[in-house]
Amino acid sequence: MKDVELKMLERAKALLESGEVARVIGWKKGDFCHDPSPASFESVEELDSFVYDYFCGANLSKYLIQMSKKEGKTAVFLKPCDSYSFNQLVKEHRIKRENVYVIAVECLGKLDIEKIKAKGVSFVTGVEVQDKEVKVTTPYGEEVLSKPDVVLTKCATCNKTHQVKDEEIILHERPERDVNRFEEVEKLEAMTEDERFAYWRAQLSKCIRCNACRNVCPACSCVKCVFDNPASGIAAKANDDKFEEQLFHIIRAFHVAGRCTDCGECSRVCPQNIPLHLLNRKFIKDIDGLYGEYQAGETDEGKTPLTSYTEGDAEPNDVFKGEAK
Amino acid sequence: MLKIAKERLNELYAKISETMGLFIPVNYAGEVNYKVWKEGAEVSLETLKTVKSPKNMFFPQTENMMKFKTEGKNIEIIDVRKDYKEEKPFVLFGVKACDYKAIEVLDKVFLAEPVDTYYQSRREATTIVTLACSKPEESCFCGVFGIDATAPQGDVTTWLDGEYLYWQANTEKGEALTALITALTEEGGEETVAGQRETTKAVLENLPFAKLDLSRFTPENLNDLFEAKEWEEMSEACLGCGTCTFVCPTCQCFDIRDFKTNEGVIRYRCWDSCMYSDFTLMAHGNSRTTQMQRFRQRFMHKLVYYPSQNDGLYSCVGCGRCVNKCPQRLNIVKVVKTLGGKKDD
Repeated sequence: MKDVELKMLERAKALLESGEVARVIGWKKGDFCHDPSPASFESVEELDSFVYDYFCGANLSKYLIQMSKKEGKTAVFLKPCDSYSFNQLVKEHRIKRENVYVIAVECLGKLDIEKIKAKGVSFVTGVEVQDKEVKVTTPYGEEVLSKPDVVLTKCATCNKTHQVKDEEIILHERPERDVNRFEEVEKLEAMTEDERFAYWRAQLSKCIRCNACRNVCPACSCVKCVFDNPASGIAAKANDDKFEEQLFHIIRAFHVAGRCTDCGECSRVCPQNIPLHLLNRKFIKDIDGLYGEYQAGETDEGKTPLTSYTEGDAEPNDVFKGEAK
Repeated sequence: MLKIAKERLNELYAKISETMGLFIPVNYAGEVNYKVWKEGAEVSLETLKTVKSPKNMFFPQTENMMKFKTEGKNIEIIDVRKDYKEEKPFVLFGVKACDYKAIEVLDKVFLAEPVDTYYQSRREATTIVTLACSKPEESCFCGVFGIDATAPQGDVTTWLDGEYLYWQANTEKGEALTALITALTEEGGEETVAGQRETTKAVLENLPFAKLDLSRFTPENLNDLFEAKEWEEMSEACLGCGTCTFVCPTCQCFDIRDFKTNEGVIRYRCWDSCMYSDFTLMAHGNSRTTQMQRFRQRFMHKLVYYPSQNDGLYSCVGCGRCVNKCPQRLNIVKVVKTLGGKKDD
């Protein structure tokens, strides 16, 4: 990973020095080895804090809504999953594509510090990843963890590849894996209605209505969300335990259906670890079944199943019954 | 000092619950938060940080304040306030030192004139049982605010060690609670607790944030800090979500709104977040229009405005929840390091 970081740094320096771009969007070091933040770098000096490692899980695409409207070109490092969000935002005319220089950067899966801590390993000072093992260094010695146990949920079943690039930095190829991202959805589908209701009731009751899921979501790009607008009549800050209130998440999933690229940021940021991505995946699975396989963000143009009509479309009745064609 | 065998803790919870509400860290749907104890609840005293702090026991995230019933031109105002002391006193169990200190911060806001009677009613009805920390983690920095995590105050202080929960009453309320559970306690001795405190203190002193320097955050530096150019860069990645404010044990801002029902109007209040775009929205518009300004407000409030009005008491207690929970890993520690390290020019 260090070799990739050095290569990225080299390119970022060159792009800034030559004036080809006005800023570079990447990640900067935090206080620990596991808390980098997204950041923009406007000079070579600022790049001193640049980092790219196993904890750079944040999706940078949404920042480009603002950044691509600034003066000068913006270079951005996109991981495979981020590139779908990027395309989708370009398609929705939210990012000015011509103002962005995309550097596709490799990703072998990012780690989740909360999952590492949950294994009883704290005070992590460094990690080394080798194939399916994560060697964690702490002041008390080394621990070896199984990588699939401690990657971000969004990385566990990812097989995504870069969908957009002006250049790429890929030093290690990630092999295609035999994974089924709908496995958890299938488990929920197999439940009885009562079991499923109880499951979501318990999960959603943890919600603190912090809106992190909405604010991080690249598909939630409204300039002013109705729930933030006192004039909308439905502005909602109250966190009511009633299920009606908790429908917020289900409604939000409906609202982004067909546009959600399954980037998984909603679940990554949830402070209560509600598996919100499963709602989105359920819709993706249904869309696949009803309209044929579709992956939002694969391209930055073209029609989408939910915004175009063909005679062969599923009948409302099929949708109601949840049946695939 | 008394002690209670760990295997008898469920009896303890059941005994308290006979006459009082018991709020305690419970693992529910995979996360630990304060909840009302019920038979079969998966209590997790060992959890260092509940996701939400116990502040919502006194200052609930959403609470009805009054109701209005309208009939023609008549408006009937219905007071929905409860006297919890009379109705049902409760026990808040397992509060860590940082969260206990946070209640002091909240008291200064809600119990100052004019007293917030909703808050006061709950506060007076509560007996607080604190629990000393024995396994602080890397995001903890309560020591920076002069808090001793190994000996929190409260009506009762407890220590969990080996097979026992050690128990020491500190106040009249604490004595009353102790009398209630006397069948479960036995003489404890002081050595175990003293030993645990010593070991934990050594860990606390060496925590990565133990030496944070707050000396620059004074009222005299208000303008310099406010004008610091670093705010722009520090806030750049901020999503404007409310995670930091809602997991924070000292954030105290709320909004009051009316909700129309078929029978009339319910006036409620709910937590608000200075990170939100409509925070402090007034008829003329909003005084803070950018995320940088909102971000700055949060930290200036905690580190400068609040202490300047409360004898230097910071409204951060170093619990580290924002360190762990910010989606983009921005937090008060990064702010203190960035602005605090700068020498006065």
